Amino acid sequence: MSFVLIRDLKVAFDGVQVLHGIDLEIAPGEAVGLVGESGCGKSVTWLAALGLLPGKAQVRGSVMIEGRELIGAPRAQVEAVRGARIAMIFQDPSSSLNPVHRVGRQICESLRLHRGLRGAAARSQAIALMDMVGIPSAATRIDLYPHEFSGGQCQRLLIAMALAGKPDLLVADEPTTALDATIQAQILDLLSNLRRQTGMAMVFISHDLGAVSAVCDRAAVMYAGRIVEQNDIGRLFDAPRHPYTRGLFDAIPDLDAGRARLHPVPGTVPDPRKLPRGCAFSARCAAASGLCQDHQPELRPQRQGGLLACFHPAQEPAARRQEMLA
Amino acid sequence: MPRFLLTKFARAMLTILLVMSFAFIVLRLSGDPAQVLLGPDAPQDAVDAFRARWGLNDPLWQQYLAYLRQLAAFDFGVSMRDHSPALQLVMDRVPATLALTVPALMLKICIGIPAGVYAALHRESVADRGVIMLSIFGFTIPSFVLGLVLVLVFAVKLDWLPAGGQDGWHYAILPIATMSIGGIGILARFSRSAMIEVLGQPYIRTAMAKGLPWRDVVWKHALPNAAVPIVTLVGFMVGALIAGAVVVESIFSWPGIGRLIVVSVANRDLAVVQCILLVIAASMVMANLLVDFAYGALDPRLRGAAPGR
Amino acid sequence: MNAILQATGLVQQYTTAKSLFGKPGTVRAVDGVDLTVNPGEVVGIVGESGSGKSTLGRMLLGLEAPFSGRVSYLGRPMPAPRSAEWRRLRAQMQLIFQDPLAALDRRLTVAAQIAEPLDIHRIASGAERQERVAALIHRVGLRPDQARRYPHELSGGQRQRVVIARALASQPRFLVCDEPVSALDVSIQAQVVNLLRDLQEREGLSMVFISHDLKVVRNICDRVAVMYLGRIVEEAPSDRIFADPRHPYTQALVSSVPKAGAGLRGRIILQGEPPNPAARPAGCAFHPRCRIADAACAAKVPALERHDGRLAACLKLQSNQRTAA
Repeated sequence: MSFVLIRDLKVAFDGVQVLHGIDLEIAPGEAVGLVGESGCGKSVTWLAALGLLPGKAQVRGSVMIEGRELIGAPRAQVEAVRGARIAMIFQDPSSSLNPVHRVGRQICESLRLHRGLRGAAARSQAIALMDMVGIPSAATRIDLYPHEFSGGQCQRLLIAMALAGKPDLLVADEPTTALDATIQAQILDLLSNLRRQTGMAMVFISHDLGAVSAVCDRAAVMYAGRIVEQNDIGRLFDAPRHPYTRGLFDAIPDLDAGRARLHPVPGTVPDPRKLPRGCAFSARCAAASGLCQDHQPELRPQRQGGLLACFHPAQEPAARRQEMLA
Repeated sequence: MPRFLLTKFARAMLTILLVMSFAFIVLRLSGDPAQVLLGPDAPQDAVDAFRARWGLNDPLWQQYLAYLRQLAAFDFGVSMRDHSPALQLVMDRVPATLALTVPALMLKICIGIPAGVYAALHRESVADRGVIMLSIFGFTIPSFVLGLVLVLVFAVKLDWLPAGGQDGWHYAILPIATMSIGGIGILARFSRSAMIEVLGQPYIRTAMAKGLPWRDVVWKHALPNAAVPIVTLVGFMVGALIAGAVVVESIFSWPGIGRLIVVSVANRDLAVVQCILLVIAASMVMANLLVDFAYGALDPRLRGAAPGR
Repeated sequence: MNAILQATGLVQQYTTAKSLFGKPGTVRAVDGVDLTVNPGEVVGIVGESGSGKSTLGRMLLGLEAPFSGRVSYLGRPMPAPRSAEWRRLRAQMQLIFQDPLAALDRRLTVAAQIAEPLDIHRIASGAERQERVAALIHRVGLRPDQARRYPHELSGGQRQRVVIARALASQPRFLVCDEPVSALDVSIQAQVVNLLRDLQEREGLSMVFISHDLKVVRNICDRVAVMYLGRIVEEAPSDRIFADPRHPYTQALVSSVPKAGAGLRGRIILQGEPPNPAARPAGCAFHPRCRIADAACAAKVPALERHDGRLAACLKLQSNQRTAA
């Protein structure tokens, strides 16, 4: 049974729909990537699920956690899920910690909330958590303020705070985007080690396909508020079938390739206020037909495994990539 | 720390010195006290005697140096009118002014800040719009208009409250109301926008994602951050405790500093005017120092060197 | 071949007046950099935040006078910032940086932005000016009707095209691009990278391309310099440096690029924090994070020396070479 079950999740801001019915399941202990470019709705999906969107957002659909509905549930019920069952960390670590409170106090706050620890017990547990996420000399640095830590360390502190509630699922929203390359590598390493140690599930939201493939078992590709393709990491990367997924792969320069010309996806992401009637990608898609312009392809299970929303998927997926690498 | 305190203190003293020098020069250039105090028909020898008595015949720079020497000895001069010590005159009036400004400040803080915060937490609601409208009303109406309207309504028409004077606590109600309404509006507006700004910060989302109840998110995470800009504004208001009542005291014939300054300026009673300005400048500078320390207490990023780094 | 730009011994240092209690300190953002850019060459500069790569870029353009060292452009020393000669040189050297919205004036139309350098450097006026603008708009792949748009009406990628068109208006010979595609989405990033490459090849521009994105640098640069704490630690042709990095820092940097389908195995995870220029370690600045450092590395600053077809600053490499020889 899945731990989180999202069905037909829709979000609109001021009447502009940005999420057009997301279906997603997260099994216990599983690591799922959510990939897409800015504005595709990958973060909004989880902010909506946890009720973290501003009040003007209209959220419809269903998010069930172990069979209990979160959308429309009383505030206290949603608050009881946040941090305890599902924890979330964000893109900009330095501004995601409260600047006026000591970091120890912020971690202890979670420990009090979720484990009922107070005083010395909470403090020693907070130090243990800081050790666990790799903050050197935690015992002396627990009383420092966030601005006295680097960006990478702030992300570690946020991870420590997320772990305080022993969550079943950690949603990491672009956790490494704001960090330097070598620090990104550290954080990815930390996240995947922690997952091995705790057995928690993880949702890894990122535009960095490489990072997603490194830490996830499965990934969903989003475009303009919809999931367009979903598959195991191996299959998705070896044989991307949606033209957008393939476009994304081809657009990224390869460190091992030479100075070959890149293959960009033509055009730009559509304005959510002026989405085409049919497939949102049709205007940028080389394979698009009249059908694509008028009808919305549904996300359907495929014979070869995975889910796909495309009328004209790539048939021989591996061939072109191999040819490119050659 | 002592060095930090010393620089702060030295800077404050310099500010006061600049204010006093400016006031000294402007006052001397803007009219002859002898003419004003003795009247236009005064005999010439009386005027001459007066000028000699107060050193007004010396060159300006000599007068200025003499004044500085006096200041350094904590001698604030005597009133040209009745020869009583200027500082004494001023200090006698301070309690009356504070009797208006302190309660008014309390009202501003106790009504303005909560109203602004409430509006920010209930954005776009009826209460929010109400707060915005009332605060615009509050700070667009000048206090001399508001004061007169209040007098007209509550003193003249309804006859509930006295129109002026100082003879019991109820005489203070209308002046305090006149003074606080504008400040409440400004503070509400300001607190609202400070709070809205803070509520949009990533660390608020983190606090929510942690599972903290909304009440704790607001009280423990949003308010301490919103306090920083609000304290700046309150600091200004504290600085204006002594000087901020000139208009209102005049409307309600309240015997405070404001009235004293009006009378003294009209009479060119230089020592008294200068002494008032000194007290006002000192109170502003003190308030500024307090704000600086409050910053440090509220926001660790604004403290000097970070310990343990 | 005569270099278009040559920098020797560039140092930039800033005074920090940060704390109210402590004494003001000095921070060396760039600490002795030599760099040559040949005509038609694209030189990449990679490094993490605090490596001094952006400061170096501004000094190469003469936007910032170095604390010491010199920059010469076409064999002549860089004139002092804001002098008349310096202003004339602006037409020949341009900067493109990360945030196109900040680089553009939001009250001006696209056409007006692009025409600005033509007016400033009195290059063209009247009908010729209009023609030039239209040609530039075409060259960077914008539609003619977008000339009348304002920056906020364009997407991020289109804005960066406008910035590029404006930079090209004065027909520069030398371009510094500071993270030009970092703010763009992957699919758009490729469009802009291709555009920069095409323009560079067609016009024979010389370019310094500053980025933290090794994949993009790999794709566009002929030669790459890796910076760590204000110094170049390795410099080599692009083909060689990514395929066979020698400096342990370059190795870690290359290994930190996540590869699709490769997982996390075999990656070199550097310990410790990104470099802080205010607290430069003694000896080799990289030694506290280095896998192979020993006591010698903490004591001696390695010089940038030639090792089979590249420059690298590492004592370990030097001693290896000596044993091998």
